[in-house]
Amino acid sequence: MTDLQGRLAVMGTTTRTTLRKGILVAIACLGILAGSALAQGELRFCLRSEPKTFDPLQVEDESSGAIRYLTGGVLVRLNRQTQALEPELAQSWKVSKDGKQITFKLRSGVSFSDGTPFSAEDVAYTVKQLMDPALHSPTGDSFRSGPGNVETNVISPTQISITFPALVAGLDRQFDQVAILSAHSAKKEMAVLGPFMVADYKPGATVLLKRNPNYWKTDAQGRKLPHLDSIKLDIQPNRDVEMLRFKRGEIDLINSLDSEYFDKLGTTSPQLVHDAGPSLDSEQMWFNEVARSPLPGYKKAWFRSAAFRRAISAAINREDLARVVFRGHAQAAVGPVSPANKFWFNARLKPEVHSPDAALKALQGEGFRLDNGTLKDKDGNAVVFSIITNSGNKYRERMATMIQEDLQKIGIQVNVVTLDFPSLIERMTQTFDYEAVLLGLTNVGLDPNEQMNVWLSSSENHQWNPSEKTPETAWEAEIDRLMRAQASSSDAKKRKESFDRVQEIAVEQAPFIYLVNRNALSAVATTVQGAAPVILVPQTYWNVDRLTIEQLTAAAAK
Amino acid sequence: MMLSRINFWRVLACAVLLTVIGVSLAANWLAPAGYAKQYREAADAAPSRQHWLGTDEIGRDRFARVLYGTRISLLLAPAAALLSTLMAALVGGLAGYVGGVWARCAMAVTDLFLSLPWLFLLITVRAVMPLNVSPLVSVLVTFLMLGLLGWTSAARVLCSTATSLRDADFVRQARASGINGARLFWIHVLPNLKPVLYAQFWISIPAFILSEANLGILGLGVAEPMPSWGSLLKELEGLVSVGEAPWKFVPLILLVVVVTSFQMALSRQDEVAA
Repeated sequence: MTDLQGRLAVMGTTTRTTLRKGILVAIACLGILAGSALAQGELRFCLRSEPKTFDPLQVEDESSGAIRYLTGGVLVRLNRQTQALEPELAQSWKVSKDGKQITFKLRSGVSFSDGTPFSAEDVAYTVKQLMDPALHSPTGDSFRSGPGNVETNVISPTQISITFPALVAGLDRQFDQVAILSAHSAKKEMAVLGPFMVADYKPGATVLLKRNPNYWKTDAQGRKLPHLDSIKLDIQPNRDVEMLRFKRGEIDLINSLDSEYFDKLGTTSPQLVHDAGPSLDSEQMWFNEVARSPLPGYKKAWFRSAAFRRAISAAINREDLARVVFRGHAQAAVGPVSPANKFWFNARLKPEVHSPDAALKALQGEGFRLDNGTLKDKDGNAVVFSIITNSGNKYRERMATMIQEDLQKIGIQVNVVTLDFPSLIERMTQTFDYEAVLLGLTNVGLDPNEQMNVWLSSSENHQWNPSEKTPETAWEAEIDRLMRAQASSSDAKKRKESFDRVQEIAVEQAPFIYLVNRNALSAVATTVQGAAPVILVPQTYWNVDRLTIEQLTAAAAK
Repeated sequence: MMLSRINFWRVLACAVLLTVIGVSLAANWLAPAGYAKQYREAADAAPSRQHWLGTDEIGRDRFARVLYGTRISLLLAPAAALLSTLMAALVGGLAGYVGGVWARCAMAVTDLFLSLPWLFLLITVRAVMPLNVSPLVSVLVTFLMLGLLGWTSAARVLCSTATSLRDADFVRQARASGINGARLFWIHVLPNLKPVLYAQFWISIPAFILSEANLGILGLGVAEPMPSWGSLLKELEGLVSVGEAPWKFVPLILLVVVVTSFQMALSRQDEVAA
C-alpha cells in the first residue's frame, strides 16, 4: 500500500492527464489489492495442552504434532481430503519392488525459513537423525522394520535414495510425518520448510507462528502461499473456555468438538459447525483373556470363549449408543477399521445385528441358562462381571451404563466401575486384575502397520492378552501370520487381502467388541475462508496454507 | 421476640427436612418408573407429563433419580455422621478425659488424619477395592469411608471439651467422693459431652452430603445406575447458562435447601454447644 501511494505521488508530479490516468490505474490497483488482500490476517485457535517439543522428530503429543504440521515441510503429504499421497518437497518418488528402498527427486530452488537452501543433504541429515537410536524418535519407530542400518545415497542435490535394512510397508506414506530438518542452518529445527515458523512462545499461554517468507508454494493465480500472516495458538485445556471464546469470536476454529457442544452450537449457529462423518477413532470393550490373571477359573473360561464374546457383542445395542450417547454423531462400529479409512476398510463386513434373543440362544448353546432372570453357567455360577473405564469420561460412563442395561436383559449383571487412569492402566497392563474394559482407540494413520502392536500376539499392546510367548489360540497365530505377511509385502493388493482377513477374524472371534466410530466434529468461524473440515487430523486446518481470514468491518464484527 | 424468630426458622427448616425425607421415602409410589429405567427414545428430554423433571442424557427419569438420590444421601449421610461422631467421642473424648500419653498419641493420630490428602486417599482406596461390588455395596462403602475418615475435626473439639471437664470442680468433687474410672466418665463426663456430640453429629451430616456430592462429581462415589446427589450434580458440567435447561438445577437447589435447613435446624444445638 505504501509503495502504491509513493508511486501515485510520483505520477502526480507529471501532467494532469497523466494524473487522471494514474488515479484510474491506482483505483484499478486498489481493486486488485483488495481482491488479493490474502496475505493478511491471523488465524487463532486453541491447543489443548502445552507442546512438549518443537523438534519435529520428537513429536509424541497432539499439540507438538499440530505445530509440526503447521511448520514442517515434508517430502510427500497425504491429502487429508482424498486420502491420496501428493508430492510436496519431492516432485516424484519411486519405491523399489522389495519395498526396502525409496528414491526421491526433490524440488530445486527451495529454501528454509532462514534462507538456507534445501537439498538432498538435508533429507539425508533428517533420515540420519530420525533413525539415530540415541535420539529415540517416535516418528522413526514406524521405519524400524528390522535390524541393520539405514543407508542414504545423495545422488545429486535434487536426488536421494534411502535404503532400509528390511521392507517397510507403506514406505512412501510414512514420510508424511517426517518434517525435513536443515543440515546446515544454525537455527536447527527452528529453520523450517513449512508454511509457518515459530516466532514466539510463551509457556502456558501462546505459541505465535509467523508466515514463512521462503515457503515454496504458490496458488493457482501464482500468488505466494500461505495467505495468512500468522497463527496464534492459545494453550487452553478447558473445553468450556475454548467454546466460550469461540462464541465470542476470540478464536476462529475448534478442531475437535464433542457431540454435546456440537449440538449446542449447532442450535444457534448451524453455519459454524461441521460433521465430517465417522472418524478413524473407535470405542471398544474387551474381556481379560490373560491366563495368569487372578480371576476365578470359570470367569476365565467365559472370557476366553469366542461364543460368549460374540453373544455379548450381539446383546449390545450399538445404534442406541451412537444415537443416545453421541447424539447421532457416531456410527455403529463394524470392526477394527473405520469405514472412514477408504482403502483399508473391509467392505464385506456388516455391522453386528443387535439381537438379545440370538445372544441368549448362543449362550444357551454353550451351556448357560436363565434362572429367575439371572444367567448362570453350566456350573451354576451367576454371570456377573465388571466393566472398568476411566473416570471423568462421561461418554464412556454413559456407554457402560447403557451396556449394563442391555446385558441385564439377558440376565447378566454388570457392575460399572470408573477408575482414575493410572489405576486403570495398572490393572490392564501389570496386575491383570480386571474383567472387562471400555476404552477408545485413537487412530491417526490409515495404514494397518500402525496397528501392528495391537494385533501381534507377542506385543505388549495386545490388550486382551498381552505379550504371549507363542500365540495361545489358532486364530491369533493366523492374525500374526497375516499381519506379518501384509507388512512384508509391497503389493498393495496382497496387503489388502491379508488385512481384510485380519478384520474378518477380529469380528468372528471378537477379542475387541467394537462399539462405535465417533464422527469428526468441528467448528469454523465464517470469517475463515477455504476451510473444508475432514475426518483426518488436523481436521479443520489441513489446507492451512490456502486458508484466508475475511477482514470484518467494525459494524459486521459487532 | 428474638427467640420466637429463631424458633420459626428452626420449625420451618425441620418441616422442610421432614418433607424432603418423606417425599424421598415415597419414591416407590411417586416415581414408579424407577431410577434405572432408560427411556432411550426420550433421552435428554425437557420436562413433560411423563417425566416431570425431564430425562437425563441416557433417558432416565430425572424426578425418580432425584427422589432416590435424596433418599440415599439423606439416609446414609446421618449414618456416616453417627459413625464419625462415635469415633470422635472414642478418640477425642477419652483422650481429653484420660490425658497424658494417651492424649498425646490420640491427638498425633488425629493430626495425621487431618494432614492426609483425602481425595488421593479415596482414589487409592477405590482403586484397590474389589471391582465386582454391587451399586448398593458401593453406596455403603462410600459413606463408610466418609464416616471413617471424617471424625478428626470433631475429635479435636471433643478432646478439648473433655480436658476442661476433667478439671471441672464437679468432677473433682465426684472423684473426691470415691467415683472413678468408667463410672465417673459415664455418669459425670459423658452427659456434659452430649451437647458437643449432638452438635458435631448435626454439623457432619451436611458435610458428608457435600463430600459425597464431590466424590460423585469425580466419578468416585456411588456406582451406576444408583443415583446420588453427586452423580446428579455431574449433569451440570458443561452447562453454559441457567436458561439452557433450568430443570437440571433441581438437584443443586435441593442440596442447597437441605444443607441450609440442616444448618438452621441445628443452630440451637450450636448455641448450647458454645
